[in-house]
Amino acid sequence: MNDAASKDKRRKLVDATMRRFGHSQYALIETLHTVQEAYGFLDDDNLKYVAEELRVPLSKIFGVATFYHFFTLKPQGEHTAVLCTGTACYIRGVPGILSAIKKNFSVDAGETTEDNRLSLLTARCIGSCGLAPAIVLDGEIAGQVTPEIVVDRIGRMIQNDT
Amino acid sequence: MSSSVKIKTLTIDERQVGAREDQTILEVARENGIRIPTLCYLKGLSPYGGCRMCIVEIAGSPKLLPSCMTTVEEGMVVSTQTERIKKYRRSLLELYFSERNHVCSVCATNGYCELQSMAQEVEMTHVHFPYMYPHLEVDATHERFVLDHNRCISCTRCVRVCEEVEGAHTLDIKDRGIDVRIITDLDQPWGESETCTQCGKCVHVCPTGALIERGKSVGEMSKRKQLLPYLTKMREAQK
Amino acid sequence: MTPEDFKKIGETHRKKRDGFDYTINVCTAAACVSLQSDKVKDELTRQVKEQDKKDVCRISGTGCLGLCASGPLVTINNDQALYGGVKPEDAAEIVKNIDKKPVKRLQIPADMPFFARQTKIALEHCGKTDPEVIGDYLALEGYEALYNCLTTMEPVEVIDIMVKSGLRGRGGGGYPVGLKWSTVHKAVGAKKFVICNADEGDPGAFMDRSMLESDPHSIIEGMAIAGYAVGASHGYVYIRGEYPLAIKRLKAAIRQAERQGFLGKNICETPFSFDVEIRLGAGAFVCGEETALIASIEGRRGTPRPRPPYPAQYGIWGHPTLINNVETFANISPIVRKGADYYASIGTERSKGTKVFALAGSINNTGLIEVPMGITLREIVYDIGGGILGGKKFKAVQTGGPSGGCIPEEYLDMKVDYESLAQVGSIMGSGGMIVMDETSCMVDVAKYFMDFCQSESCGKCAPCRVGTAQMYNLLNLISQGKATMHDMELLEELCDVVRNTSLCGLGQTAANPVLSTIRFFRDEYLAHINDKKCLAGVCVIEHKEEPVL
Repeated sequence: MNDAASKDKRRKLVDATMRRFGHSQYALIETLHTVQEAYGFLDDDNLKYVAEELRVPLSKIFGVATFYHFFTLKPQGEHTAVLCTGTACYIRGVPGILSAIKKNFSVDAGETTEDNRLSLLTARCIGSCGLAPAIVLDGEIAGQVTPEIVVDRIGRMIQNDT
Repeated sequence: MSSSVKIKTLTIDERQVGAREDQTILEVARENGIRIPTLCYLKGLSPYGGCRMCIVEIAGSPKLLPSCMTTVEEGMVVSTQTERIKKYRRSLLELYFSERNHVCSVCATNGYCELQSMAQEVEMTHVHFPYMYPHLEVDATHERFVLDHNRCISCTRCVRVCEEVEGAHTLDIKDRGIDVRIITDLDQPWGESETCTQCGKCVHVCPTGALIERGKSVGEMSKRKQLLPYLTKMREAQK
Repeated sequence: MTPEDFKKIGETHRKKRDGFDYTINVCTAAACVSLQSDKVKDELTRQVKEQDKKDVCRISGTGCLGLCASGPLVTINNDQALYGGVKPEDAAEIVKNIDKKPVKRLQIPADMPFFARQTKIALEHCGKTDPEVIGDYLALEGYEALYNCLTTMEPVEVIDIMVKSGLRGRGGGGYPVGLKWSTVHKAVGAKKFVICNADEGDPGAFMDRSMLESDPHSIIEGMAIAGYAVGASHGYVYIRGEYPLAIKRLKAAIRQAERQGFLGKNICETPFSFDVEIRLGAGAFVCGEETALIASIEGRRGTPRPRPPYPAQYGIWGHPTLINNVETFANISPIVRKGADYYASIGTERSKGTKVFALAGSINNTGLIEVPMGITLREIVYDIGGGILGGKKFKAVQTGGPSGGCIPEEYLDMKVDYESLAQVGSIMGSGGMIVMDETSCMVDVAKYFMDFCQSESCGKCAPCRVGTAQMYNLLNLISQGKATMHDMELLEELCDVVRNTSLCGLGQTAANPVLSTIRFFRDEYLAHINDKKCLAGVCVIEHKEEPVL
């Protein structure tokens, strides 16, 4: 491990999680949660580091990381929109919202725009069915939305920091 | 194993058989010359229960159970070849053939393939589910072996032999559902793997042409089936 | 600590509360928070200060009040007034009128059927207590059931209460709770575990989330009682990583319970020790299956293994393990307190007690409800749910999520219990209930669920891995008007194969949404295939000119 990485605060968070579980192999998923929280995604360097620390084979850690859809192996854009695709949201208009976002921001589900401003994700259900259709914009839930509202709010969200 | 293992008697296909209480239905059937088809099962590796070919009917249970992972019970009445099971086995095999590109005539293991011989065994004459024809890559970066995802049936024999027998755990499986793929290390080309010992066990336990030796052409890739039983026996003798 | 001690804590807390004439509760469960109830709460607090009512009026956050469609919700002294759709700018008026007549324009009648027709047992504290304050829970007899079990009952007596109550597992399968506890109790093992399955994965379900956000201590108490009954000293809550608020509140509740001695060593000064740890799920529906859940807690890919052996005998790390879901655990403490007979007096012959449902879809009163088993679907949809949104025509109600089915109008008077639902090709499931109107296409709904199943299939067994993908492709063809009757036959054949040969419950039930829509809405399938028409106008069918022969 080089000096820069050892000073990395985020790495310390990862170490703390592993320590909490006595560096047991069972800590793998909890540790990946910490990596994602700290770094935003699971990068190869961290996967290798965790594999070595927990003595988990590389192929196994990759198998686990790709099995669970909560984990992402790609860096996310500056802003994220997570569209809920649960049943209640689906029957109350998700397909229309999804195509509106795709059309207006040139981004596919699971992808990030070329300018890295927006990542569009879908969630199987965020449990806000009472507010269907719902979307999570940079961590805040917006309920009972329409394609127009969503396009407007995403537009404002990604313009905010310019 | 302790010496006080209990003996159970059960019926398989109308034959009375005796078994140790820790044995599976499949093991007992094989000891008694009763053939149950299998794909993911391989003696010497931990059971997986994924291929579903070894399903059997047990009197009193509406569910079909995998004989490779179901242990015997006193008085059990097992049927391994009812019309219902035979029909399901054929359908299952058809699903395998429809999933990826199993074209025997251009495969190195043509004539030696377990999927192929299984089709004969369960009397599968054609595939009536739509072929999915995925375009999957072939990893030919390893200097000695080739991994062709198009012929893989995801039985994980290679993964298990690499972990359990060789101890390298170079291979595993990524993603899930229809997207599962065999991977090496962090999903990098096999030739770049730092953990692969190049032992080749994975190639020889692979039931199909998904793992073959480099340079083998159509119908040339027979697998050394005696390799794993030999290793298992030698390791047991060492203990 | 004795019950006197913790009653004292509760009393002190109550006094603190009773020192005020008015308590304004603001719902701080996720649905209301997303409608900015936190800002409403801040503004109310500011107004109380500004209008100088600090001595008579206190503001408290509270768990889910149920009527999510009308959020953010605010109550005054629990039942004195209920306000819906409250905005921060309404705060001044609410505070001003606190000792006068309620603000009419915000008021929701408390006797509306949505509330009057419910029976709250698992949700008894939801909306009445502050989920972040243990004192609130103690003030309402919290942890007394645990204390009584530990000090006056043998484990078998606790199990006996569960057997007599008739409670069945609320996660979906409906396995008798008493029997499951008894099996784990009898299982031989130096170590045993209790797991709370909170990996609520069904799309369209938010019961577990609401309960954990609203009343986390009741889940902890239920788990501890279960631990005592089966002889376990360690518990896990396996909770969805996508539920940050529920995780935060549960974490805080565990810390509070540890501090007060309801978790940890020698609980209530008895030899019983029990702790609870949180494990985060990571977005895999299949982990709701017991053996897959265990694999995930063990840090592996969440693939199931064949059962038997069942987790009750061979569970986490090979130890006997009890797995129940959130709602099941929420019922334990009330059952111990109120008695098995009380619980068994509610419900039907074989389905006792109440069931929590997440009511959503095309319905006026979306939200969280708890109803006695045996209530009819019509009562739920029209009385409690307030009927179909926008006066549209009812088409179906979907229960059981991707493992369930769509129930048509002709069965609206059917009683809701495990057996009746199974008879019409659906399941009770964990409690998601989605109402669909005439603008939903049943082929599209079947396709939606199959898409869900194929992407959640773990890929271990061939029938589920390949079969669900094949079924999805066929449903896609049908919905696009490109299928023939032969494809329909293939689809039905695949339903049979996948149902009977799959390894776990996900595959075994994946065909249910297809089978039930074919059973009740065959005409819609035929219209897509023969007439190239989507009756609901949902599916996009491209019409090509047929070549004239």
